[in-house]
Amino acid sequence: MKLLSPAVLLRGEPQADRVVPPTGFTARLTLFAAAAMTFLAVFALALSLATGRLASNWSEELARSSTLRISAPAEQIAAQTEAALQVLATTGGVARARALSREEQQALLEPWFGPDLPVDSLPIPQLIEIIEDAQGYDPDGLRLRLAAEVPGAVLDDHGRWRRPLVKAAGRIRSLGLLSLLLIGAVMGAMITLAANSALAANAQVIAVLRLVGARDDFIARAFVRRFTFRAFWGAVLGMGLGLAALLALPEAQAEGGFLTGLGLRGWHWVWPFVLPPVAAMVSFLATGGAARRMLRRLA
Amino acid sequence: MLFPPCAAIASAAPILQKDKAVAGAYVIELDNLAYSYGGGELLSDISLRLTPGSFHFLTGPSGSGKTTFLKLCYGALVPTAGHALLFGKDVRQMDRDEIAEIRRRVGVVHQDCQFLDHLTVAENIALPLMVSGRDVAAEEVNLKELVAWCGLTHRADALPPELSGGERQRAALARAVIMSPDIILADEPTGNVDWEMSERLLSLLVELNRMGKTVMIATHDLGLIRAAKTRVQARVLRIAKRRLQLAGADL
Ligand SMILES: Nc1ncnc2c1ncn2[C@@H]1O[C@H](COP(=O)(O)OP(=O)(O)OP(=O)(O)O)[C@@H](O)[C@H]1O
Ligand SMILES: [Mg+2]
Repeated sequence: MKLLSPAVLLRGEPQADRVVPPTGFTARLTLFAAAAMTFLAVFALALSLATGRLASNWSEELARSSTLRISAPAEQIAAQTEAALQVLATTGGVARARALSREEQQALLEPWFGPDLPVDSLPIPQLIEIIEDAQGYDPDGLRLRLAAEVPGAVLDDHGRWRRPLVKAAGRIRSLGLLSLLLIGAVMGAMITLAANSALAANAQVIAVLRLVGARDDFIARAFVRRFTFRAFWGAVLGMGLGLAALLALPEAQAEGGFLTGLGLRGWHWVWPFVLPPVAAMVSFLATGGAARRMLRRLA
Repeated sequence: MLFPPCAAIASAAPILQKDKAVAGAYVIELDNLAYSYGGGELLSDISLRLTPGSFHFLTGPSGSGKTTFLKLCYGALVPTAGHALLFGKDVRQMDRDEIAEIRRRVGVVHQDCQFLDHLTVAENIALPLMVSGRDVAAEEVNLKELVAWCGLTHRADALPPELSGGERQRAALARAVIMSPDIILADEPTGNVDWEMSERLLSLLVELNRMGKTVMIATHDLGLIRAAKTRVQARVLRIAKRRLQLAGADL
C-alpha cells in the first residue's frame, strides 16, 4: 500500500474518498478517541519530561554537594570546624569546603522554626558545605579520617536519601512512557473498532466497488485515508486542549528548590507537536490492518 | 441517432482489432463446468466457447440459473466442477486483484442494479473509471454524451434511489460500457423499460457488438431476441434441465 503523503493527509483526496459514504458515528468516534487520547498523551508526556528533568536535577546538582555536620560542646565547635576544614582541604575529590555563616544557618532553619528563632542561644551544630569536583570523593574514606580527627563530625553525602528519590523519579518517568504506549495502543484499538464497524456497515458499498473492478488496495485506501485524516485532526484538537491546560497550570515557584512544575520547559514544547503525526500513523496502521482483514473476509 | 457518439467506446477499436488478431482465442471458455450453491447441482456439464465479437442471448425459465451462469462468466462465482477460463486464464487461479482486472474488461448490467446510493447518477456511471485510477475529469465529455444517450441528462445529479426502474437499468448499462470493455454481459437489461427504450438499449448493444465486443444478454423477452436477429447474427442459448443448449431456429 502506498504511503500517505502529508499533503493528502491534510486535504484528503476528495474524488476517491467519496466512494465511501460519510458515516457520522464512526467519524465522531475516531475524532473523539484521537482527541481524548492525545489530550491524555500530552500529560503523560509532560509528566515523563518533568520527572526526567527532576531526576537529572537531583542527580546532577545534589551529587556535587554534601554536608558535614559538627555537633560538639559549644567551646569545641570552632576548633573542630577548623580541623574538619583541614581534613577536607587535603581530601582528593573535594573541590571546595566552606563553613556556613550564622545567617545562612538561620535562613536554612527559618522555614521550620520561623524567623524569630534565637539561633545564638541554641546549641545548633555547625554545617560545612562540601562541593565535589568531577571525580568526587570516597565518602567511606573521608568518614574514617574524620572519625579519627574530628569526633563530632557527621558526613551526610545526600546519596542516602537522594538515590531512592532519583530512582522514584526514574520509575515515574518509565510509568509515564508506559502510559504513552498504552494510550497509543488504546487509540489504535478504538480506531480499529471504528474502522471495522465502518467496513462492516459498508459491505454493500464494498460489493458494488468490487463489481465495477475496484482492487482491495483502492477500497482499503479510501477507508484508511479517511480514518487517518480524522485521527490526525482529532489529535490536533486534543493536543491544542492539552497544551492549553498545561499553560493554565500554576507556574512552579523557582524557590520550590528541586520541586518542579508539570509544565514543559524550553525545547520540550516541541514534543506535543509530534503527537498528531504519531496518532495519524497509528490510525494508518490500525485501519490498514483492519481493512485488509475485512476485505479478505468479505471476499 | 441511435448509437452514442461515444469516443470512449470508439477509441477502443484498435485494441479490439488486436484482440481479433489473436485468432482462435476465446474470451470465455467453459469446460465441463458445474455449479451448485450447496444443494443439488444447479448447472451441470456445461461447455461453451465465446469468440470475440459474438452475440448471444441466454434464456431459460426463472430460477433455471441464468444469473448464476453470468456470474460464472465474470468470476463472481467459481465453478464447483470443471473450469471457467476468462481471457484464457482459469478463474480458480485468479487472486482478487486479477478478478478486479477482469471486471474492468467485462461490463456487467446486473439484474438488481446496485449503485452507491450516496453518489449521483453521473458519478455512479463514472465509478469504473474512478476505481481503475483513470482521470474522471478528462473523460467528462464522453461521460456527458453517454449520459445523454441513455436519456439520463436531466437525472444526472439525482441519487440512484430516486430513479425509476427503467432509469436504473439505463444507468447500469451506461456504467457497464463506460470502460469500453471487451465483453458485455447484461442480465435482463430490458426488464423494466418500455419497448422504445428496449429498442434503444438493444441498439447500443448491437452497435457495441459491431465494434467487436462480445455480448451476452440474459432475457425472457422473445420480442427482443427477434428484433435483434434482424440486425445481428445472434445465437440463442437456453438453460434447461441444468444443461446449456443451443436453441433452434424456432425463435
Ligand atoms: N446465493 C445463493 N444461494 C443459494 N441459492 C441461490 C443463490 N442465488 C441463487 N440461488 C438459487 O439458484 C437458482 C438459480 O438462480 P438464478 O438467479 O441464477 O436464476 P435465474 O435464471 O437468473 O432466474 P430469473 O430469471 O428469475 O432471474 C434459484 O433457485 C435461486 O433460488
Ligand atoms: Mg436472474
